[in-house]
Formats: sequence, C-alpha cells, structure tokens
Amino acid sequence: MKKILDTRWPGLALAAAGILMMAYGIFRGEMSVVLTKAINICMECVGIG
Amino acid sequence: MDKKKQIKDWPRHLIQAGWAALTNSHVSGFITGKIYTGKLKNVCVPGLNCYSCPGATGACPIGSLQAVIGSWNFKFAYYVIGFLIFVGALLGRLVCGFLCPFGLIQDLLHKIPFFKKIRTFRGDKLLRKLKYVIFLVFVILLPLFLTDVMGQGAPYFCKLICPAGTLEGGLPLVLLNKGMRSAIGWLYLWKNTILLVTVLLSILIYRPFCKYLCPLGAFYSVFNKVSVFRYRIDTEKCVHCGKCASACQMGVNPVETPNSSECIRCGRCRQACPKDAISCGFCNKKK
Repeated sequence: MKKILDTRWPGLALAAAGILMMAYGIFRGEMSVVLTKAINICMECVGIG
Repeated sequence: MDKKKQIKDWPRHLIQAGWAALTNSHVSGFITGKIYTGKLKNVCVPGLNCYSCPGATGACPIGSLQAVIGSWNFKFAYYVIGFLIFVGALLGRLVCGFLCPFGLIQDLLHKIPFFKKIRTFRGDKLLRKLKYVIFLVFVILLPLFLTDVMGQGAPYFCKLICPAGTLEGGLPLVLLNKGMRSAIGWLYLWKNTILLVTVLLSILIYRPFCKYLCPLGAFYSVFNKVSVFRYRIDTEKCVHCGKCASACQMGVNPVETPNSSECIRCGRCRQACPKDAISCGFCNKKK
C-alpha cells in the first residue's frame, strides 16, 4: 500500500476523478449558481448581509 | 564541505504577487467600487480570493462551494469539489504557498519586525485541527442544513469568519460605496475584529489563518501525501543536521514527514539543506 502511495498514480487518478466530477457538475448546471453568486456582491462575504 | 545557503523568499513572493495581480486584474473595480461581472467568474481560482473583491476576475472556491450546497436545487457541489480535488491531487498545499493572495498578505505581515516571534506554543498541534472542524461545520453542514423557508443556506464561513472577504471585499466596497457604508452593522464590526486579530497575529505567528482556520488549506492538506507534486528526501545525502526543520515556518520536520499535511511547499527547507537532500517536483523518482 505504501509503495502505491509513493508513486504518482494515486494523485493522477484523483485528478482524473476531479475532472469527471467537474464535468458532471457543469453538465447539471452548477456553474450558473457559481456565476450568479460571483457576479453579485456577496453581502455575507463583505460583512453586511 | 557543507554549503552555507541563504534562504530567499522573494522569488516565491514575486510569483504570489503575480498570481494575485492576475486573478485581481479588474483594476477599474477599485475606482468605481463595482465588481467584475464577466464570464470568467464561472471559473474558480485555486486560492482564497473573495469574489466580492472589486478586482477579482474569478470565483472563490470556498464561497462557491457554500453557494452550491446552500442553493435550493443542488445539495452536492460536483463542480467545485471536483475542481478542489483536481487542484489538490496535482499540487496539494503548493496552492497555499504560491497561489493564495491571503497567504501572501500574511507572509508580508510576518516580515514586520517584532521583538518576539512565536514559532510554537502549548496547544499549537491541537489548534491546527480547528481548520478541519471549520470546513466541516461552517462550509458544509451549516449551509446544507441551516436553511431558510426556501431551502437555501447562507455561506456561514464567509458570513461569520472569513477575514479575506473583509479585507478584499468588505473594506474596499464599503469605502467606495456610500450606500454600503450606511448599511454596516454588528456583523461588519465582528468581521473587522476577526480581520484585525488575524493581522496582528500574523506579525507574531507565521500564517495563523492558514494554520488554524483556513478551510481551503484543510481540504488541500488531505492531498499532500498523494499529490503528484511532492517533496522527497534523499536519505543517503541527509545528515540530520536539522536545518530544514528550523527553516520551516509551518513547524514541519521535512526529514520525518516531507509531505506533511501542514507543509505549504514554500521550499524554504530545500533552500536550507546543505546537502541538497530535499527535492521536489511532479515526477522525481525516489533516489
């Protein structure tokens, strides 16, 4: 197990899984939620809302 | 003969400053007090960078994560978590060391001379676990379960804790907008108090926010041991002089744990090693 963790394959496999998750998230429209939040002033973030 | 090495932080600070300038390049926002509203904000940046900063051209991943899981129609954020896994699996906490504007601010604050800098203290190790609790409670559980009648949860980490949002978004926007100035209340005061404490502590302690509070650092830290980019120790070259451990400002001993979850991969240990026993990279083989 330690030998496998010492290689770069776990990192590459996780990165690939990350890409797949991103693609699925984009496919189901999560990006629009991010965009809507990011292009409007976030009152909570600035400490007003 | 051992090489005596001087540790240079400025090349890393140049990269940090360049990245901060690139991801906050909407310069006109700092004059007009209006944030960037273009399509680039679809994309998350890897570091903690408030999207309400007038200069921000990307989305903060922690803010975005709370926005998606706190929305009424999505309860899991595949896009943002996938992005964080992707970045974490490739770089680990290299992001904290090189690509986080709030990390740069803390780095610079720590350069302010003070008669006694604190390297560690009783309870330091335990307090470092707090960032995981903050990630779980304020970034995931509260936005997911503490919802309004519409089923929407607020971004509780941004609202109650994040000093980066206060510094990058709160202060410039309130200074530039009369309407926002009239709306400030106890929450603004609370967040500014957290920011002030963070600033003062950063002079005494190296990166207190990253060590104890940052949920983004907590997430990336999980990947340090398996990320493609990593540190390696050449045990044949290492003479156990301890110079790497004393150069580390995050309190890591690179000889024992070269890919410790606390390591932000700033490279100070590599520079300090007189035997060049520490290497890092994407595909360096074990020697």
